[in-house]
Amino acid sequence: MSAPPFALLVEEHWRDVARLARALAGPVDGDDVAQQAWAQALAAYPPAGLRNPRAWLLVVTSRCATDVHRARTRRPVPVEEVPEAPLAGADPAESELAGADPALWAAVRALPERQRTALALRYVADADHATVARALGTTPGATRRLVSDALAALRRELVAHEDEGAAGTAGEEQEGVRRGRAG
Amino acid sequence: MDERAETAGPASGGSPAGRGEGEEEVEARLRAAAGAGLRRPVLPVAVEAGADVGFSVHETGVGRVLLADGPGRALVASVFVPDDAAVERVLRRLAQQVSPRVVEAPARTALVAEQLAQYLAGERRAFDVAVDLVLATPFQRAVLERLAATGYGARTTYGALARDLGRASASRAVGAALGANPVCVVLPCHRVVAGSGALTGYAGGLDAKRRLLELEGAAPPPPVGRPRAAGTGSGA
Repeated sequence: MSAPPFALLVEEHWRDVARLARALAGPVDGDDVAQQAWAQALAAYPPAGLRNPRAWLLVVTSRCATDVHRARTRRPVPVEEVPEAPLAGADPAESELAGADPALWAAVRALPERQRTALALRYVADADHATVARALGTTPGATRRLVSDALAALRRELVAHEDEGAAGTAGEEQEGVRRGRAG
Repeated sequence: MDERAETAGPASGGSPAGRGEGEEEVEARLRAAAGAGLRRPVLPVAVEAGADVGFSVHETGVGRVLLADGPGRALVASVFVPDDAAVERVLRRLAQQVSPRVVEAPARTALVAEQLAQYLAGERRAFDVAVDLVLATPFQRAVLERLAATGYGARTTYGALARDLGRASASRAVGAALGANPVCVVLPCHRVVAGSGALTGYAGGLDAKRRLLELEGAAPPPPVGRPRAAGTGSGA
């Protein structure tokens, strides 16, 4: 049983890797992360005992995203505000993507890193909990909690953002309104 | 995932704001935003970066051909691939017998692709590229290496090749070895015909074989030639 040609892995999984990279690193850095992930995967291919190439690629991608994220957070980068203008150097296609759902990207960026990774692996890349656990070096039970905490946090952020947009204010008295909109 | 986005709305209508629903919406939104305008990755193509085998697929006048450059920067495959299943078979063979680090890399095969185009346009008589018969068995290699003696526009027979190899009775084995030629056209197995002069099997199909021979026949005759098989071949 030999490893399949790398080109077939690319053909089969590039969309998953690109989606995951985007969810992990945002629309601007996502493509870079995906490129790096493929380069690293090629250099390491085939890893010993490869049974599930897709899961392996997702793990490689999430680690690349973590590296990129760490490199970024060494520099101060505002994460609370949605950038009105695209990041410097972004090409038009990228800024278009950033404009697709800026509130969502801002909320995703604001998540703790492990929550973001777990969420993206689980829901964007459809990885099972065992793969998510492997990527994060933890247990499937812990990844379930990370994913549900992440979803809850995202939802809170997004609802709050919508309320701000609608009413121009955000206060505790709007809790009822938020629930109404969310439901 | 789009279905999900659509059903999340109505399903959430009457129920209280439980965890699941709003989160499903978030999930759908996340999937949609991450999936917009995805771009294919650009992979490293250099041997130094781990790309042991670089391949490309070309539409040519004699059919679709896959070219592959090996880790030693020599041509390891020039194979007819009529459909995607054939492409996949060749890639799997390269992965198994050369290296699984096979990537699409037209830059790696550009030189031979250009020479192939020139040859098919009647503008080139010989290929000037390094060939590595890593995909061939020792016997296949011995047979294929003999092909160099049959120049542009010339023809030989399975029997003559078998005799050259000192195995006069092995013309069938010679035919099988030629049929397994991993470097078609560049190593001209199309110049080998049956003793009767008839065109027999060819990996790219008999039609391709006939066209290659006609192409070479239309060009000025080679300076030194082995005796041509009777001219019936090209009409067969």
